Amino acid sequence: MTQPRTIIEKIWDSHVVTEQPGAPALLYIDLHLVHEVTSPQAFEGLRRRGLKVRRPDLTLATTDHSIPTIDWSLPIADPVAAKQVAQLEANCAEFGIVCHGMKSEGQGVIHVMGPESGATQPGMTVVCGDSHTATHGAFGALAFGIGTSEVENVLATQCLLQRKPLTYQVAVDGRLGRGVSAKDIILALIAKIGTGGGTGCVFEYCGSAIRALSMEERMTVCNMSIEAGARAGLVAPDDTTFQFVKGRLYAPQGADWDAAVARWKKLPTDEGATYDRKVSLDVSALEPMITYGTSPGMGMPVTALVPDPAQAKDAQERDSIAKALHYMDLQPGKPLLGHPIQVVFIGSCTNGRLRDLQDAARVLKGRKVKPGVRALIVPGSQEVKRLAEAEGLDKIFLEAGAEWRQSGCSMCIAMNGDMLRPGEYSVSTSNRNFEGRQGPGGRTLLASPLTAAACAVTGVVTDARTLL
Amino acid sequence: MTKFTPFSSRLVPLPIDNIDTDQIIPARFLKTISKDGLGDQLFYDWRYDAEGRPKPDFILNTPRAKGCRILLAGGNFGCGSSREHAPWALTQFGFRAVISTSFADIFKQNALKNSLLPIVVPKDVHAELFALPEDAEVQVDLASETITLPGGKQTRFPVDSFARQCLLEGVDELGYILLQEAAIAVYESKRTGSINTLRPAAG
Ligand code: SF4
Repeated sequence: MTQPRTIIEKIWDSHVVTEQPGAPALLYIDLHLVHEVTSPQAFEGLRRRGLKVRRPDLTLATTDHSIPTIDWSLPIADPVAAKQVAQLEANCAEFGIVCHGMKSEGQGVIHVMGPESGATQPGMTVVCGDSHTATHGAFGALAFGIGTSEVENVLATQCLLQRKPLTYQVAVDGRLGRGVSAKDIILALIAKIGTGGGTGCVFEYCGSAIRALSMEERMTVCNMSIEAGARAGLVAPDDTTFQFVKGRLYAPQGADWDAAVARWKKLPTDEGATYDRKVSLDVSALEPMITYGTSPGMGMPVTALVPDPAQAKDAQERDSIAKALHYMDLQPGKPLLGHPIQVVFIGSCTNGRLRDLQDAARVLKGRKVKPGVRALIVPGSQEVKRLAEAEGLDKIFLEAGAEWRQSGCSMCIAMNGDMLRPGEYSVSTSNRNFEGRQGPGGRTLLASPLTAAACAVTGVVTDARTLL
Repeated sequence: MTKFTPFSSRLVPLPIDNIDTDQIIPARFLKTISKDGLGDQLFYDWRYDAEGRPKPDFILNTPRAKGCRILLAGGNFGCGSSREHAPWALTQFGFRAVISTSFADIFKQNALKNSLLPIVVPKDVHAELFALPEDAEVQVDLASETITLPGGKQTRFPVDSFARQCLLEGVDELGYILLQEAAIAVYESKRTGSINTLRPAAG
């Protein structure tokens, strides 16, 4: 009998091309996603060496980071961004890669577009020059972010040199309460194990709370694995997964579909398999979470008090909390509830899917965004935008006084001009609250779409449960 | 890539934990399609004021940083985005090594591919390094995986053996992977049918 294995080991083993003594394993990549920011220097490298893209048929591109999310009939105003976007399109044309750019109905933030096009499937290895590639792990794929040199390696050879990661079981059990969502689960996990807690590991999320999540919610959880230091996080595929993939653009069809499902059903972790590390989280009593600091690990229940650096467990933690509170201009020991905010951003590869917009609409319906607050609602893809509009969500947002945008990364990363002014507070459904992430001097509070929408209505940090 | 040779340098201390790649090089500078010019934008929002004037008290703007090859940083250095622009900016500024108690995975990989050595030291040595006088020089030798403090105290830092060999010989990974072409072709032929190509499903 073979040794029981985790899903992580199964995917790893089936993708090792060769393992030479003294070198890392050569790992085959089934899907390579490409965007405009981390690829130009890689394509340039191929040209310099006279190489082709080995498998353009396993490579898929989009434009998302640098593009505007306002009127797309106008040319891109920022000449540097325009050049970068044009360069991606030219590179894709030259090397024969499908690009769902701004002229395509399939455009979207790369980690929204990949799954919704059916390109992301269970059991795959998926990479992208982007740390939130972990998102695709929701399908039971081993998906991780890489740098531009590695992008070049994969373009040229469809392979990467990798050391085998450690396995980390994250068991999430219990039933989520009203007003508590997938985003709150992952913020709570990062607060628990810290931003370096998963370094060197791949998470497998399991447990009753994970099984109960939709694919969109699982993507929210897997997306932020990197914020806990893990390069990847995945969920074993089940019927929820298969139903999501079935019938999508790049999904297998007919007999191929049946064969694929049969393969995918063998992926879940074997009984008796062991992990290098384990943690468990009971979410029955979980409250909506929010961050108060400048690292995603600085999260707390929205009803809690801002921590006091004086009570930190060591000097290092004391210094980082003190530094964060100084940047955020927040007082230790005071509640965050009721603190004024100026901007609300609902979108990103963490929370820019239909389900997230439905959550926001639940709160905003029949209500108004507080005067003085700017609320940006940015769908994660053109498909999400079309589906939301078909349900009339755009009308709910516009009537509430929010902005309804084109799809893209927008204020998650503030590369395209959508940014905070110095000193402004935003409640954001994105994944990073680093200093200046949403604009120099801007202050980001990470939260779920429900919480963000509630804050838009009141203009202050709010417990969404009071509006549901 | 040039061969990574032993060197010694003074340290630029930045005693902050969790320095993320958005601080190392803010996202708005990632619209470039080349690797050039990033050294001037290294730590931009800490280094310059709103008008773009250098902040005189930020360590990189002080005479002390001039000619330094080693950044001494707090724990979990390089967390956040996968942007390779971070090591590009650090090397263009002149750094050849960063010392910390830990590095984020992707940053570490990216650094090694750009001849920027991520040096992990234990907490006590880390503290000792921060306590060194300004003009103290530390020697870095990759071949023996050691740093040597002014008093002669040596600390070993483990580096992935393959990455170390690549750095010492000045070769990059792609050359090595390209030599595995035959194995890749065999692998692909074995998986025909289970590799999903991006051909849109018909009708
Ligand atoms: S939405 Fe934000 S985190 Fe996601 S890919 Fe875009 S910039 Fe990165």
